[in-house]
Amino acid sequence: MVKVNLWSSLRRFTEGKTEVEVEATTVKEMLDGLKAAHPGLGPILDAGISVAIDGEVLNGNLHKAISSENEIFILQRMKGG
Amino acid sequence: MSKIHVQTIVNRDPVEFLADPRETLLDCLRDHLGLTGSKEGCGTGDCGACSVTVDGTLISSCLMLGVEAGGKSIETIEGMAQGEDLHPLQRKFIEHAAFQCGYCTPGILVAAKNLLEKNPSPTETEVRYWLAGNLCRCTGYDKIIRAVMDAAEEMRGAA
Amino acid sequence: MAKDDLSTHLKYVGTRPDRPDGLDKVTGRARYGADIAAAGMLHAAVVRSPHAHARIIKIDTSKAEAVAGVKAVVTRADFPTGLTGEDWNLQENTMAGDKALYDGHAVAAVAATTSLLAKEAAELVEVEYEILPHVTDVDEAIKPDAPVIREGAADASVPEGMPANVVKYMEFGHGDIEAGFAEADLVMENTYKTEATHQGYIEPQACMGQLGKDGKGEMWVSTQGHWYIRKMSAAVLGLEASQLRVTPSEIGGGFGGKTTIFMEPLSLALSKKAGGRPVKIVMSRAEVLRATGPTASASMDVKIGMKKDGTLTAARAEFRMQGGAFPGAPVDMALYCAFAAYKLPNVEHIGYDVLANRPKCAAYRAPGSPMGAFAAESLLDEMCHKLGLDPLEVRKKNAVREGDKSSYGPKFGSIGLIETLDALENHPNMQAPLGPNQGRGIATGYWFNHGGETSVSMAISEDGTAQVSVGTPDIGGSRASIALMTAEALGIPYENVRVNVVETGALGVNEPTHGSRATFASGKAAVESTNQAIAEMCRRAAAEWGIAPEAVEWRDGAAHPAGPNAGDFPPMSIQEIAVKMGETGGPISGHHEGNLDGVGASFGAHAVDVEVDPETGRTTILRYLVVQDAGRAIHPAYVEGQYQGGAVQGIGWALNEEYIYDDKGRLQNPVFLDYRIPVASDLPMIDTVIVEVPNPGHPYGVRGVGETGITPPLPALANAIQNAVGVRMRDLPMSPVKVLAAIKAQNG
Repeated sequence: MVKVNLWSSLRRFTEGKTEVEVEATTVKEMLDGLKAAHPGLGPILDAGISVAIDGEVLNGNLHKAISSENEIFILQRMKGG
Repeated sequence: MSKIHVQTIVNRDPVEFLADPRETLLDCLRDHLGLTGSKEGCGTGDCGACSVTVDGTLISSCLMLGVEAGGKSIETIEGMAQGEDLHPLQRKFIEHAAFQCGYCTPGILVAAKNLLEKNPSPTETEVRYWLAGNLCRCTGYDKIIRAVMDAAEEMRGAA
Repeated sequence: MAKDDLSTHLKYVGTRPDRPDGLDKVTGRARYGADIAAAGMLHAAVVRSPHAHARIIKIDTSKAEAVAGVKAVVTRADFPTGLTGEDWNLQENTMAGDKALYDGHAVAAVAATTSLLAKEAAELVEVEYEILPHVTDVDEAIKPDAPVIREGAADASVPEGMPANVVKYMEFGHGDIEAGFAEADLVMENTYKTEATHQGYIEPQACMGQLGKDGKGEMWVSTQGHWYIRKMSAAVLGLEASQLRVTPSEIGGGFGGKTTIFMEPLSLALSKKAGGRPVKIVMSRAEVLRATGPTASASMDVKIGMKKDGTLTAARAEFRMQGGAFPGAPVDMALYCAFAAYKLPNVEHIGYDVLANRPKCAAYRAPGSPMGAFAAESLLDEMCHKLGLDPLEVRKKNAVREGDKSSYGPKFGSIGLIETLDALENHPNMQAPLGPNQGRGIATGYWFNHGGETSVSMAISEDGTAQVSVGTPDIGGSRASIALMTAEALGIPYENVRVNVVETGALGVNEPTHGSRATFASGKAAVESTNQAIAEMCRRAAAEWGIAPEAVEWRDGAAHPAGPNAGDFPPMSIQEIAVKMGETGGPISGHHEGNLDGVGASFGAHAVDVEVDPETGRTTILRYLVVQDAGRAIHPAYVEGQYQGGAVQGIGWALNEEYIYDDKGRLQNPVFLDYRIPVASDLPMIDTVIVEVPNPGHPYGVRGVGETGITPPLPALANAIQNAVGVRMRDLPMSPVKVLAAIKAQNG
């Protein structure tokens, strides 16, 4: 089980929760698990997000291994100039 | 529109070209003479990226028509180094990291050279005001000013 | 390796050699976007909407097409249909469809044998418009009865019932915000506004594109990222990406504005229609300002709770931003950065991305961060005034350290904010005496930085020199910094390494030079690539010596037996290995690809002293100090350059620059005379201090340094102006007219 922190306006898709738990060993499994448990998150997650793992904000690391030890946040997609 | 034959001197060499009367000197330098070192940043005389000298006077070549160049002597960035020998300003700009993207650099070098010919010992304020017509968006001007001051000092020492 | 360990071993990293492209750039030889020509080349001109919002009833191109020398005219009808999402947005912005959405929106393009002819023919394209009501201000655009830019543009984040122009909505935070405010001794709330500004690169967008009816094409273009140009152009035109080869020119500044497409696909569409002749498009400055991406404008409510001793108890930010007629205002990043410097047990952020009739915004150096900092760092300073607290002490008291929970959620890794604030405090500028009408302002700024998709290769040449191929265009000296790191890893002189920025056909996908990533990401990948080549050179030496490869180590540009047990052989230099590599197994090279992790965030703190003329309201900058954590400065002169350049862009944003629209929604200042960026005589020297708290995620400790510097000037100048003349400016720019009005209002 990994604990995932969502931004709070997503709670309308997650029965009011901003911290949700899913069974996952990779970022992709986590996102798939979130979508399966909370279908309303699908369009948001598919539109592009970043994932912060232990403070590091990453794009495009779907196969990165994660575990219950990691601090995980879903963030808006990072962009730079 | 029929073209006009223009004969002039560019970087100490005689040149000739056919100019549409609507073309600027900058257009003629770049498109007819292949001298693309002078840049267009605005086309309205506000940015100085197209700075050249005409008979020793610093101008924005986007504000002068090409057909007006007949019989003049024009100096561009391409004429600044003597063969392989860089002008002290060119050397100091590299040494001081006085450019990042480098797009404004040709115009600033031409303008700074013109300043040092008129005033070999400019103060920082004089350099800043002389170059106020040359926009640089990358550097914040700090290293440009230092490079010009350092080049001026070296040139005074050599004189 | 510990910091001091590494420092003592470094031979090239941290030095200031001449940049490899220096000679080209001081002699006029460097070739930028508009400096190209090709046989049979045509020139293009773009027809643009003079209306902020209008339905396009009819476009008649027949008169333009009839002009001798005109070879092609394109409109939206020449583009494929059926695109969705951001691909549709890009296509719609490249060429208007049913509606023109802003003043300057492209509606047609013409290619002809000369530039003058193309411009004449463009005038002959007849467009019939039905003018629609428009809106350009974010607070107007978010009203329920505002003109609707586009129905159905909102994404799934927007709850039912929000105004039609809200296309993205977000809330995030932690703790108990009301309890936090209840704990405070002082709670203040204010609204702050920033106007849109432009990146203001001196080189206008320029490209030359060629596309045959076989779908194979080439482009030469001034861009921060040629793979992005390829991907976006291919999407907009329905091409296969690999059939389009994109070569980056030298780039005359970008600052985020050249990370996307504007007129580039038009060169390809025109070329295809003109029988495959190359087509060059060079934007005018007015086109750049009207139709390429400026940044967003913002309206921001901020509320902060503070105890008497300066401890922050809670903060709340509600930001509204318009980024033009398309989604993408950086309201998310603005919120993430606004309070990032401070420990906040209770915090709430709310953001709205709003459509308006303005050009599609593009990234601009630390997108969003300057606006957020202006609001948050201004209010923080106002509260220090009210409580009689030292603004630097309050910032230090609340400053985040490694392991602290950030305002946006995750905990921080290695960061150097405390070290940065200490260095600011200890700088002599902070002790300089101030006279009448003079004031000092400080502020902090934050940017995440970004690793991103990166592909680099390197190869050893026959003479023992090295070449590195990168896909991140060099805007500010990254060839030099990457060459320094490669030289360091190989143990050969800097001058023996050549770094080339190569075209899309030569490497895997690379993200642009954005997110402060070129030196971090291409540099890290260059070091990884070099380590592969070193491993191969050690294998070659091992084979020559007849020992195991593990018994060979690389140092000072040569293979050495790793210890006395490995055997007694003289070192084999890179030259000795390279000269016979053709006989010992062939080319020696290395490559590295990945979404690079290990990125290190960068905090900065600025201090500015100003004098405000009470008669005119003009602000003069007396001295300016930038302190920022670079992790490690590979080429310190170019790090300083990023600090200075970023600060001056922020100064322009704070004091002068703004998009001015008239009541018809037409941009009133699309020339540099009226859109006035800082000039040399506006400024003093910009003092810098490079703080080095190494980033553990990079082989040499690099953090990105490019973006953070634009952020602190906005609030630092507002804070300095208050300290000089007592007025608090909450609307940018703080132009003389506005400052004078505020002084007069204060004096009654």
